[in-house]
Amino acid sequence: MLSRPLLRFVRDDRRINFMRGRHMGLIVSAVLSIASVILFFQPGLKLGLDFRGGIIVEAQTPGAADFGKLRSALEKAGIHPDAVQAFGSPRDVRISINAPDGTDREAQTQKLVDGVKTAISAAEPGTQVLRADAVGASVSSELFRDGLLALGFSLAMILAYIWIRFEREFAISAVVTLILDLTKTVGFLAITRFEFDLVMVAALLTILGYSTNDKVVVYDRIRENLRKYRTMPLRELLDLSINETLNRTLGTSMTVFLAALPLALFGGSTLTGFATVMLFGIVVGTSSSIFIAAPLLLLMGEKRLRKGGSAPEAE
Amino acid sequence: MMYYSRLRLLGVVGVCLIGLLLCLPNFMRAPTPSLPWRQIHLGLDLRGGSYLLLQLDLKSLEHDRLQSLQDQARQTLLDKSLGYRDFQKDDQTASLSFEPRSDEERASALKTMQDLPVVVPNEFHVAEANGRIVLTLQHDAMLARARDAVAQSIEIVRRRIDATGAIDPSIAREGDDRIVVELPGVSDPERIKTLLGTTARLTFRLLAPNPSVASPGSTMLEDISTHSQVAVQDHVDVDGTDLTNAGAVIDQQSGGWAVTFQLNSAGATAFANTTRANVGKRFAIVLDDKVIEAPNIINPITAGSGQITGGFDAHSASDLALLLRAGALPAPLAVIEQRTIGPSLGAASIHAGIISLGVGFLLVVVFMVLFYGRFGLYADIALFANLILMVAILSLFQATLTLPGMAGMLLTLGMAVDANILINERIREEVKRGRGPLQALQAGFERATSTIVDSNATAFLAHVMLFVFGTGPVRNFALTITIGIVTTLFTTLLLSRFLVVRWYALARPKELPV
Repeated sequence: MLSRPLLRFVRDDRRINFMRGRHMGLIVSAVLSIASVILFFQPGLKLGLDFRGGIIVEAQTPGAADFGKLRSALEKAGIHPDAVQAFGSPRDVRISINAPDGTDREAQTQKLVDGVKTAISAAEPGTQVLRADAVGASVSSELFRDGLLALGFSLAMILAYIWIRFEREFAISAVVTLILDLTKTVGFLAITRFEFDLVMVAALLTILGYSTNDKVVVYDRIRENLRKYRTMPLRELLDLSINETLNRTLGTSMTVFLAALPLALFGGSTLTGFATVMLFGIVVGTSSSIFIAAPLLLLMGEKRLRKGGSAPEAE
Repeated sequence: MMYYSRLRLLGVVGVCLIGLLLCLPNFMRAPTPSLPWRQIHLGLDLRGGSYLLLQLDLKSLEHDRLQSLQDQARQTLLDKSLGYRDFQKDDQTASLSFEPRSDEERASALKTMQDLPVVVPNEFHVAEANGRIVLTLQHDAMLARARDAVAQSIEIVRRRIDATGAIDPSIAREGDDRIVVELPGVSDPERIKTLLGTTARLTFRLLAPNPSVASPGSTMLEDISTHSQVAVQDHVDVDGTDLTNAGAVIDQQSGGWAVTFQLNSAGATAFANTTRANVGKRFAIVLDDKVIEAPNIINPITAGSGQITGGFDAHSASDLALLLRAGALPAPLAVIEQRTIGPSLGAASIHAGIISLGVGFLLVVVFMVLFYGRFGLYADIALFANLILMVAILSLFQATLTLPGMAGMLLTLGMAVDANILINERIREEVKRGRGPLQALQAGFERATSTIVDSNATAFLAHVMLFVFGTGPVRNFALTITIGIVTTLFTTLLLSRFLVVRWYALARPKELPV
């Protein structure tokens, strides 16, 4: 059984003409990315507690939750929740309140969370508080700033690395591809209404790192083939390189996908959004490695890529 | 490339065995207490508990210092018989100013101010402006004081939390003016929040000559025993730092709860002097700007102990005694972030994390065997070693593991086999090109290495940044991935290659299983 692999994504001698679809690929990608940018502004991302501040209390009532009763108990205690909603089982209730305005709002936020807990356990004795989070306004804006800083600096590091390791044309194509990937993921976030919080920043960064990795492998091969086949037309050479790395590209995407899949299925409320966005990012990153990153190089022009050695040389 | 020296072989196997050994403490008790038993700490999201972020009120620290500096300055001027007019305190600019009685005294008043004792170097700046002498607190000095105050607060917070019986709390500084408190197992942190939110600054001060109106040098404070306002002198005769002990007792006369206290000798002397000089007058027991009670001084109190009765119940009396014993905070602390995870959610998260890790691991293992045969199996062995080494390193540093951290481990495992896939595809290509098994293996390893290092380097850089700038859950995610990248390089470049080489040396196959 172990003497030969049982399965293979693509036969080794198969040569798929990816470059033929390059215009289609670029257009579809551009349209999706533009749509995502529009979605980013309207309706925009749903900010999580980390970034918007406020209170979330998740509780489990002894019987099926009576939302009207809980809501009126809260109102009676002088608390006006922004949402009292179900999540998970019918016994699970999530109460969210936006950060209070005005002076001394940090202290008020903290008082509110205690008030919510007292009110719901009075209304439904035996209620278990699963989670109670209260994030003050000043903290949430700092978390937002730190999250964006982390994203920005990691992006800068990745770019610097590609810039140093490859020629300019490769670096520019990689950056453009990564931006296309990232915008689509943001658009996905806007459509699915998963909350954008610190964990989501980590997901975006992981997707970015993973997608970069994929491009590095394909570009590595293109660079190698440029040196090896000095006379082959660029279009043919790009197709060859994509095909040669296709099994690897699909294989690695598959293993990362398989690793993230259980997180999306069993990860619980914290990780489901994170893992689903990861899965989306893996698919986007893989397809852009095949359909976007190399065609962009073709647009850059053959001459500029082959500027190193002009003398044709047979291998 | 194809030859493993004995030393290198011992190294690879040794590291894996040490890793296995380091994992053990997570699964069993220490056989003898003397062994260094290092375990991974479960994060609050997995074991349940509360996280509180506290911020020290720097403004109030500044106000307090300004007040004490004013008292000090006036007293020193009086002691030296130097006169002053129009003494003003400005909280906005953090400055004090006064006009000397006469020009002859100006120079010595200035000198006196410059020679006032300071708590930290260059604490304030003395200058002359428009005929007035101005003392301004310096920002840098106040920051230095704030750092001291945070250190001091951490000590007091620790004492207060220990007194509540919370198990295994972690209290740490964050930034210049913040404290992070983690309370595993505490799913209802309200009492602790109240305890930490109380400054517990106890002072004994005389009432103003006319207690119904505020006059210079006194402030109107709320008397919580009578629910009225009384004017209390700003000058503090004795304060809580002189307390040596406090306890909750039942008052013999009224039958209600009371708090007794004991002063040290300096406090006892000051208390005796004040009460002796003011028999018949009223003095106020003030806790955090609220008057608890304001009794008449009937006899001088010389024993250095006393009793506060202010409408306590058993609970509030014992909490106040606890706070007084633990000491006052140098400035108020405010809770600015709270996260509480109930025990049932924590247990559910551990469950979810372990199930995901198990299923994900299994899926990747099966995929590798199906798609890469024997070499896939070797990759799987390396993958298992990778998991062990990650757990070992986390245990060694006694790091915290959270749910996002577990996600990081799983993604690392998914990415780790990438190196094996790269090598295998490369070997396969070389075989297709007609190279013999040995040459194909050699070429495959060599050519894939630079690609592997490249792709891991980008991921490493990205996650180090994430670790540096991230907070909370993101940091833990970045930490496990960063550790994972290091273990991945080891297991794929050394261990799985070693397995392949070993197999080749023993089997001497004519054809490679790729």
